[in-house]
Amino acid sequence: MVPELGQGALLVALALAVYGAAAAAIGGHRARTALVESAQRAAVGVFALVTAAFALLVYAFLRFDFSVRYVANNTNLGTPFYYRITGVWGALEGSIILWGWMLALFTLIVIVRHRERARDLYPWALAVMLGVLSFFLLVMTVAAPPFARLSPVPADGRGLNPLLEDTGMITHPIALYLGFTGFTVPFAFALAALVTGRVGETWITLTRRWTIAAWYFLSLGLLIGGWWSYHVLGWGGYWAWDPVENAAFMPWLTGTALLHSVMIQERRRMLKLWNLALVILTFALTLFGTFLTRSGVIASVHAFTQGAIGVLFLGFLAVVVLTALALLAWRWDALRAQGELDSVVSRESAFLLNNVFLVAAAFTVFFGTVFPLVSEALRGVKVSVGGPFFNQVNVPLFLSLIFLMGVGPLIAWRRASLDNLRRNFVAPVAVGIAAAGLVYAAGVRSTLAALALAVAAFVAATIALDLVRATRARMRLGEGVVTAVRRLVRLHNRRYGGFVVHLGILVIAVGVTGSHAWSVQTEATLKRGEAATLAGYRVRFDGLQAREESNHFKVVGTFTVTDRRARATVLEPSKKFYPQEMSPIAGVDYRLGLVEDLYLVLGDFTRDGNQATIKLQVNRLVSWIWIGGLVLTLGAALAVLPERRRAPA
Amino acid sequence: VRRALRWLLPLSAIPVLALLAYGFRTNPRDIPSPLVGRPAAAFRLTSFAGQPIALDALRGRVVVLNFWASWCYPACYEEAPALERSWREWRDRGVTVVGVAIQDTEDKAKKFIEDFGLTFVNAPDATGRVSIDYGVYGVPETFFIDRRGRIRAKHVGPVTDEVFRATVQALLAEPTG
Repeated sequence: MVPELGQGALLVALALAVYGAAAAAIGGHRARTALVESAQRAAVGVFALVTAAFALLVYAFLRFDFSVRYVANNTNLGTPFYYRITGVWGALEGSIILWGWMLALFTLIVIVRHRERARDLYPWALAVMLGVLSFFLLVMTVAAPPFARLSPVPADGRGLNPLLEDTGMITHPIALYLGFTGFTVPFAFALAALVTGRVGETWITLTRRWTIAAWYFLSLGLLIGGWWSYHVLGWGGYWAWDPVENAAFMPWLTGTALLHSVMIQERRRMLKLWNLALVILTFALTLFGTFLTRSGVIASVHAFTQGAIGVLFLGFLAVVVLTALALLAWRWDALRAQGELDSVVSRESAFLLNNVFLVAAAFTVFFGTVFPLVSEALRGVKVSVGGPFFNQVNVPLFLSLIFLMGVGPLIAWRRASLDNLRRNFVAPVAVGIAAAGLVYAAGVRSTLAALALAVAAFVAATIALDLVRATRARMRLGEGVVTAVRRLVRLHNRRYGGFVVHLGILVIAVGVTGSHAWSVQTEATLKRGEAATLAGYRVRFDGLQAREESNHFKVVGTFTVTDRRARATVLEPSKKFYPQEMSPIAGVDYRLGLVEDLYLVLGDFTRDGNQATIKLQVNRLVSWIWIGGLVLTLGAALAVLPERRRAPA
Repeated sequence: VRRALRWLLPLSAIPVLALLAYGFRTNPRDIPSPLVGRPAAAFRLTSFAGQPIALDALRGRVVVLNFWASWCYPACYEEAPALERSWREWRDRGVTVVGVAIQDTEDKAKKFIEDFGLTFVNAPDATGRVSIDYGVYGVPETFFIDRRGRIRAKHVGPVTDEVFRATVQALLAEPTG
């Protein structure tokens, strides 16, 4: 009964969404308020129905209703309670329904927030939102029905993919999907701007905070994904240029470009076409990401099922891209720039360069990701593109981007005078050079690492310089230091939020640099009582134990670790054997630290427990990546606060 | 002319979309097995019904060796009826289907066989030896072994009637010698 109710709710929701999209579009076209209001009611209905369907799916999970195929696939009688809830979005069908639910929620928020304020754009934006929602409901009812029955009903389910039994995997999809779906709102308003011909700044100001929020959640999703990869997968890294990672990274890159380029349009009325193209590209890339991960077209460690869903997604992607670009071509004349680029040495060109680099990075990632397809199509040869390609192309791009992060916010608009350059950049450049010297003196001989740290120091110095100068200016008006900083940050929350985000990125960059330049690892096979050493650590193998957990069998190794100062701790890496998995899953154990992490993975062992092979890593500065994520969160929260002053900084 | 050029914008997306569409024709998991063309590893198993099975004893017949598990939804559930149908169709024409349940418990595997009414021989791979010898990566995987005992094809994912028929027909058409 429950599955039928759920499936029915989704079907009715689909009908309502399709109706709502059409009603909103016609209402917008003919300026009929009653129709738009009807579409609003339909959207509320869709939200209620999708919420109900989602709740029913959770209910089926909690009750172990194995007559539902999706439940049987992703849970078994041993699955702990909380993983039965989070297992709901552990695979395709459930993640699509979660996606649809978020989209419905955002549609509701758009209605509440923009109903009164954007009378021209709003009906069309609503139509686009409901149109996208219709597509996802179509996927849910046709290609990936979460409530499909399984017959015969099995006595027990297969169980959740063991790698997903982790808090990181509970939150990672939520953050990522909030980011993906969040970009639907700017896209909807951009399309509304194109349809109505009101291609001015309205759509940008309306969706500015949506874009920041979506960008932030996408960043968070990527970081949590990295954290999960680091502490669950057991290979000691956080990023592998896997197609699925790339799929989420590409919209992040173009979204970042968008966040910056809209500022030029707000300030100088330039780049109208470019901004619209970037929104379209970003939204298309979120769809492309889902297509890539769900269609089985490109092999990836994230193995998902393939089937009709890929065809549906590609069809929708084609409709979206072709329609949006055709609208862009149609409005070509209205999209001419009103401002002009006055000088190459100006904030505009720094931002432009930032956009060029970001889009170039997105393009190389795209190219590397689909290259296996190109190769197979043209030459019939299967190839895979790995880390070296992506790193070689992207590292210089990212270094340049970080450098621009220091230049952009401080250089003058229009044309920077020599005086402006001297005033803003002499001191930070000196700091950067000094940092490089310091790093060299500390014995670092990696040019890349030294360069990265020098550039990071330069950028940090520009931010400090700006803050100190602005605070002083306020203090001259009689404010104390604390009041001055507080008012400054609150009044210019967008500018200083941006600075804090930049700081977060810098911290992450330092972590990435450190982990690449200074991490060390070793492998050793130890008899009981023997020890391996690495970078001042001594790891002694004390023995193996077997444990029976609710849904798997676990072999745990006990290792006593002594550090340079002879402090001892016990690490217990394990190997988990799940009945439904062909190969055991590694359970990493680690000690995190600000300077270095000790990371221990249990490999092979003898059955009698007298010998074990371990992989031991000392990973440097990795924690700063996660700390950078926290700084980023702070900055994004600041930037997304409602603005107190109207004019852009 | 300049007015027409703008339409290149949407048109430029078409090759990319076409490339992605081409992707459906390929199967990234279709990695050629190094075992294809090699003699099939010998094995001796005891079926769930207690009957001994040895690959050597099947020389002269085309052997369809199918690895499955009762926990493997939906793929194994999809292919089980197809395998049973095909077995009934080809059993009298020199084809033997052998099912090997891997990483399974006896009662669940037996229930699976019963639920689908499987009549071809099925055995548990208690030690995991056979699946290691055949380099089984996931379930279901199916190996087609010719009458001279060589692995001739490997199929990853559920076997369909069409795949079964096409592969078996080709192997039966070969001279026995």
